[in-house]
This record gives sequence, structure tokens and C-alpha cells, in this order.
Amino acid sequence: MSDNKLPSGHTRIDSLEMRGITKRFPGVLANNKVDFEVHAGEVHALLGENGAGKSTLMKILYGLYGQDEGDIILNGKKIKIDSPTDAINHGIGMIHQHFMLVETLTVAENVALGMPSSRGFLTDLDRVSERILELGKIYGLEIDPSAYIWQLSVGQQQRVEIIKALYRGAALLILDEPTAVLTPQEVKEFFVIMRQMVADGHALIFISHKLHEIMDICDRVTVLRDGELVGTKIIKEITKSELANWMVGREVSMTRELVDVELGPARLEVKGLCADSNRGTPAVRDFTLNVHSGEILGVAGISGNGQKELAEAITGLREVTGGSVLLEGEDITHCRPGEVTERMLSYIPEERMRDGMIKDFSIAENMILREHHKSPFAEKGFLMLKTIAKHSDQLIDRFRVKTPSRDTKAGTLSGGNIQKVVLAREISRQPRVLIAAQPTRGLDVGATEYVHAQLLEQRANGTAIMMISEDLDEVMALSDRIAVICEGELIGIVPRDEATPEKLGLMMAGVNPEEEAASAAR
Amino acid sequence: MRSRMNALFDAMLPVFATLAALGVGMIMLLILRVSPLEAYGALWEGAFGSTNAIAETLVKATPLLLVGLGICIAFRANVINIGGEGQMIIGGILATQVGLTFTDAPGWLIIILAMFAGFLGGAIWGGIPGALKAYFNVNEILSTVMMNAIAVQLMNFLLRGPMIDPAQLEKASKIPQTARLAEAFRLPRLVPTRLHLGFLIALVLAILVYILLWRTTLGYRIRAVGQNPDASRYGGIRVRRRIVLALFLSGAFAGLAGAIQVYGVNYRMITDGSASGFTGAAGFNGIVAALFGQLHPIGTIPASIFFGALLVGANKMQRVVQIPSALITALNGLVVVFVVSSEIWRKKRQRQRLALARQAESEDDDVSPSAPELYPPAEEASES
Repeated sequence: MSDNKLPSGHTRIDSLEMRGITKRFPGVLANNKVDFEVHAGEVHALLGENGAGKSTLMKILYGLYGQDEGDIILNGKKIKIDSPTDAINHGIGMIHQHFMLVETLTVAENVALGMPSSRGFLTDLDRVSERILELGKIYGLEIDPSAYIWQLSVGQQQRVEIIKALYRGAALLILDEPTAVLTPQEVKEFFVIMRQMVADGHALIFISHKLHEIMDICDRVTVLRDGELVGTKIIKEITKSELANWMVGREVSMTRELVDVELGPARLEVKGLCADSNRGTPAVRDFTLNVHSGEILGVAGISGNGQKELAEAITGLREVTGGSVLLEGEDITHCRPGEVTERMLSYIPEERMRDGMIKDFSIAENMILREHHKSPFAEKGFLMLKTIAKHSDQLIDRFRVKTPSRDTKAGTLSGGNIQKVVLAREISRQPRVLIAAQPTRGLDVGATEYVHAQLLEQRANGTAIMMISEDLDEVMALSDRIAVICEGELIGIVPRDEATPEKLGLMMAGVNPEEEAASAAR
Repeated sequence: MRSRMNALFDAMLPVFATLAALGVGMIMLLILRVSPLEAYGALWEGAFGSTNAIAETLVKATPLLLVGLGICIAFRANVINIGGEGQMIIGGILATQVGLTFTDAPGWLIIILAMFAGFLGGAIWGGIPGALKAYFNVNEILSTVMMNAIAVQLMNFLLRGPMIDPAQLEKASKIPQTARLAEAFRLPRLVPTRLHLGFLIALVLAILVYILLWRTTLGYRIRAVGQNPDASRYGGIRVRRRIVLALFLSGAFAGLAGAIQVYGVNYRMITDGSASGFTGAAGFNGIVAALFGQLHPIGTIPASIFFGALLVGANKMQRVVQIPSALITALNGLVVVFVVSSEIWRKKRQRQRLALARQAESEDDDVSPSAPELYPPAEEASES
């Protein structure tokens, strides 16, 4: 193996430079003379808020956009990248946040897809499979080439994407928010793979706005803001909060201030609740907890452990198979979603794009989704368009939703603005109980800060809040008490000041340390 | 300015598509050794050449518009109603029965009752597939088509048996048709042509459907269910009921079209054994008209008139230049194919503009986030 070869047999990319890249969209300067550089054997983070231009820059590198000005220099030679095919031929691969895999095909078939077969008209899947196993061995990406994609977990599917890129000879990989879809455990495994690849001489570009991940895995970081280069730093020479301020361009508070609020009566009582998953298997088992006025009860757990089903069972969206739910003492166990809403329970669903709003409806129409049939938005069956317009203008203003107008279709908004619309609608009703599921998933630092502030304001107003989140930092920062759910069961409830990541982590795996201790003592 | 040009271009797209279709039709005419100029001249003449021609066009447009209005409601709720033919037939039968039963009642009363009967008949015929879809998850495309078949056979049975014109029994000619309605029961004519009140009723209803869909809670719910049933449920909307209601209303408009066809044009129900013998295929063509009108009740008005003109004009064209009627059908088909294809083009243009706008919005966005990378346009996704 010569010096400039990778273990996969492909040529190494010693250095890649983007110099003075400028990209204009009508009326917008998406990238303004951005310099970016990455070399073999490093993980280089590209950091910026959504809309800072990092995505545009990477799309230029991958040949999806052409730059208006600037050069791309590979191993000291100027190159032109006009299409993803060009990029792949130069050894540049990209792992998209949303996988580009055909679910009904096998791993080998997906890898072979779009590649010429070595046997002409006949498939060469056996050779592809061999190569997959070979690459798997080199990089620690063990995967069964004959497995169907739909059989694989999200983490495994991501490995297939990486193998796909390596198979095509990628020496440099662009990883677009690769950890967004992974569980904490999968993230750890993924980082092991990343380190292996770097050690072997690959160059990795890591796009993320999760600061702790960047601190963990990256060697250098380049920050973009408003399409401009803010700078490039070695990770060891910068702290997490410096990085956050750098990215946002102002002081960002990383801690959350919980003011003292007098704990009120239990507003939401969940007693022995049971519910099934969509597949008909038990998803919530004998779940009991209370949420009081003026507190945030965090519900922590690894993704897919019944959190979604729990929220839906409480809000009437999912059939309850056992137990009961009381809202201010009133039994709402078998109420329809509309009836639960009537009793001033608000719910911010996890999949807000799918469950919480109607993409083709205007913002104004989405703002009244909960109350469209009630005065003052409707009188005698007719919509009061003026009232609705005024109401939505007020909310757009108050919640700082960035939109051309209230008549803009909600689906055209950005993720953060969509969350603001949902938040505005649910909070402006002045709910007695608020259930917020993954309220900041996919949001960047600035928007997260804003959502948290709104939740804390509600807490101060005496709303009983149940916040379901997979983000431990978030749960620990905001919750008065933390309930941990595992396989649909309540493992335990920990007060804020007794919670540590280690303890919660154990509980999320289904172990209750206190019970363990008790049984050990016996 | 630019956006206005874009909007204008979009609005004109169906017209361009029609011209393109007529262009292809020209080739077919040339192969048949017919002068396209003469043929299309006749088409225009037949559709708009005289008061009479215009009136005929509007008469043909009336059932298309009514069925189309129902289609607007159903499609907005994301249920596909292919049962317009059957719903028209049942509406026609019930309405006819009203006029044949109460022969002594005042004309205006019978007309109102008959219209209501037609409305109800179609509504039931549409509501059944609606309920089957909502509560038993039966595909409404299949069930509405099947309901068409049932309606046709029911019509054939009734018109040959219980409802047959007594005069036909006496003469023993047994033509399957009902007795003629009393003259007092006919829908009043508007000008000294065959144009009748039904067209005005349809116009008024188009406006009412517009109000229903965009100005009432009911319309809000129907559209919400059509766009996103999950979010609708979350919003407290009872999704199943809205689905039933949408097909119920959709059928009702087709049923009304059937009633108006009887009281405004035929003055009796008559069958040649097929559905289109009574409906003139308005139950299907109404779908095309509604799609042409971009599923907007107001847009469906010109669309219906356009297809009415095409139907009437084609008749004239066939007579004047002596071409096989199959060519007329083919020409109609061409127009539909071109218009529907242009619709896809329009959507694509819209998507592109949207992507650009979103890009612009997101990239100049400083503090609040946006995630264009979350929703890559489909074209991009397929490239990578």
C-alpha cells in the first residue's frame, strides 16, 4: 500500500480547499467569500445556525449547486465540480441527514444501485457483497449485505450509507447532521467509526449544531454566520460557550434559570395508564404520575420507549387500554381529542410537521386549528376571517415568527418557525396543562433558547407542564422533577437536584439505582 | 411584477395546453384529408357561433359544473368520487318520481321538491361509499365505481318495469322510459333557446360552494381532513364524519345534476341501457372540468363551459367536415391529457419558485432558524 492510498484502496485526499466561495440566490447572498479547508486525518466541524450558509457551501462541494465565485482546490489542483457524479469521481461523498436508501431492497442492492455492474447486463451482487464485507472489516462497519433495509435500525442504515460512499471511493465524507437521528448509544458507536476512518486517513466534514458533539469528536471547527466566514479554530483552543456565542453572534445563555414557583395542586393525574403501539403491542404499561401546577415534569427516555404513545394516550389521540387520566380531577380517559382540547390541555407533538399542523394551510389557518369552531373565530358556523387575521398577526408578532405574511403556507416555513407557530397556538390558549414532546428537536441554539424561555414563562404562570425529551441536557436544565421511562414503564422519578446524567442514563436503560441498592442491602 | 407574470402564465397554462392538443388534433385531421381550418372553424361555430350555439354550450355545461362542484368538495377532502354517473342517475330517478307522483301540485313546489329529491338521492348514493371508506376502510374509488353499475341496473329495471311510461305498455313498444312530466313542472327557460334555469342554479351553487369551503368551519374541516387527517384529529376534528359528509355532499351535487337534466332538458327519464345514455357522461366529464378548474368552484365555471363548448362544437364539426365520431372522442381525450399534463408542469414551476423563496428566506435569516436541508426538493434527492 503506497503512502497516498486509503485502506479501501482509493486515493487519499490530502487537502481540500474552498477559496473565496460566493453564492447568490435571488436577493440573498448565501455564501460571501467563504474559505474552508479540510485535510486528511481530521474531523472538521462546520457549525452555524440553520440558514447560516453551511448547507449551501456543502452543496457546492458536492456538486448540487455551482458557485458564482471562488475555487475548489483538491490536493493543490484546481478542480471543477458540476454534479454529484463529479464529486464522487473526485472522492467526495456525502451522507445526507435523511437516508437515500430503498427500503425494500437489500444492503447489497442498495450499494450496487446506480453503479455499473462488472458483468454488463447481469448483476454482480455477489461481488458487491464481498466488497461490503471487506469494507466492513476495515472500518468496523459490520453489516449483513443480504439484509433488507427495512429490517435495519436507523444506526445500521447509516452504516449502509457510509459503506455506499466508501464503495464509491469516497476519501472525504460530508456528514450532514449525522447524529440527529441516532440514540445516544448509537452516537457513541458512530463516533468510534468516525475515529477509525480518520485514523485511516479519511477527511471528514461534520455538520451539526450540537455543541457537545463537536467538542467531543472534532479536531477543528469552522463557523459560518449569515453566509460569512466567522473563523476557523482548533477545538482544543475554544470552549463550548465561546463556540455558542461565536455561532449566534451574541451572548447565549447555556443555563436556564428556574424561578421559584409555588407548587400548586396536581392538574394532570395519570393512573396505571396502558396503551398499545401502532403494531398492537403494549407500549405504555401501568404508568402512573402526577403533574402539578407550576412545575415542569421532564420525561426522559431513549427514543421509542413509549413516550409518543404516552402523550397520545393522555391527549385522546390513542386508545387507552387500561388505567385512567384525570385533568383537574375530571376523568378524561376516553375523551376524544377535541374534548380533551376543550378542557384546556395543550399538546406540542413530537412530529409537529405531520401531527401538529397542516402544511398547505396558511399560518392564520393553522393558528386556529384548535379553536376553529369556537367564538371569536367562528360564529354560527362561519369563520370570522378578520378576527382570525388579527389573532394570527398578534401571535406572529408576539412569538417572532419569521414569515412574509399570515397567508403564507405553513409548510414553506423553516423548522424553527413552524415550531414557533405550534408553540404560539398551544400557549396562547392559556392551557391548564401543557404537554410538550421533543420541543426543541432540530432547532438551533437561538431557537432552543427561545422555546425554553416560553416553557419557563408558562411554568411561572402556573401551567402544569409535562416535557418529554430525549435530550438529557434539556431535561436536566428545565425540569423540576424527572421521570424516566423505559419500555413503556415508569422506572422512577428523580428530583432535579438529585439527577445526574449517570443516574438518569442507568434508569433510561431500565435500571433503578435505588431499587438496586435496596435489593443489594437485603 | 414577476410574480404577477408567473400567476398569469399559470392561469393561461390550460389554454396553451388546449392549443397544443388542437395542434396534435390537426395532424389527425390532415391524415383524414380534412382541412383543419374548416374543422376547427366548425367547432368554434358550433360552440359559440350563434345565440343558439352558446345556449347549447351552456346547457351542456350545466351538469358538468354541478358534478364538478361536488368533485371540488370531495377532492378537497382527499376522497376520490368516481361515482358521479350513478349519483346522477339516482338523483334523476327520485326527482322524476316526485313529478310523476304529485301530478296536481303547483309547478314551483314540484320543482323545489324534485330538486331536493335529486339532491338527496345523489347524497345517499355518495354517502354509502363515504361511510364504507370512513368506517370500514373500503377504497372509495372502487366502491363509487361499483355504485355506478348498481345505479345503471336499477335504472334499467325501473324504467322497464315499475316506472315505465303507461303509454309504452299500451303500444307494446316498451321503450324503457318514464312518462313525460307535466309542462308546468319544467324548469323555466331563460332566453328563447333551450337554456334553462338550471344553469343559473349551478352558478349560484358555485358561489355557495366557494363560501362553504373557505368561509365556514365545515369547509375548514373538510379541507383540513383532506390535507392532513392526523393533524385534523389533533385539532379536534372528527375525521370519519367529515369523510362521509364530503362524499355525501359530492354525491348530492351530482344527484342535483341528474334532477336538473330531467327537469330542464329531457322532461322524462329514458335509458339506452347505459349510464351515459342519460348522463351524457357528465358524471365523468365533471371530474375533468373540476380538475381543469383546479378544484376551485369558481374556476370550475369556465372549465365546465369550455368542456361544454368542446362537446357541442365537436358535434357540429363532425357534421360539417364528415369525420368519424371516434376522432371527436380522441380529440376530447387529447385535450384532457394535455391539460392534466400541464397541471403537473404548473406544480413543478410552483415548487421551484417555492424552493427559491425558501432558500432566500432561510439564507438571510440570522437568529431564527430554518432548515432547507431538512426538506430537499425531490429533484435534488434523486440526483444524489
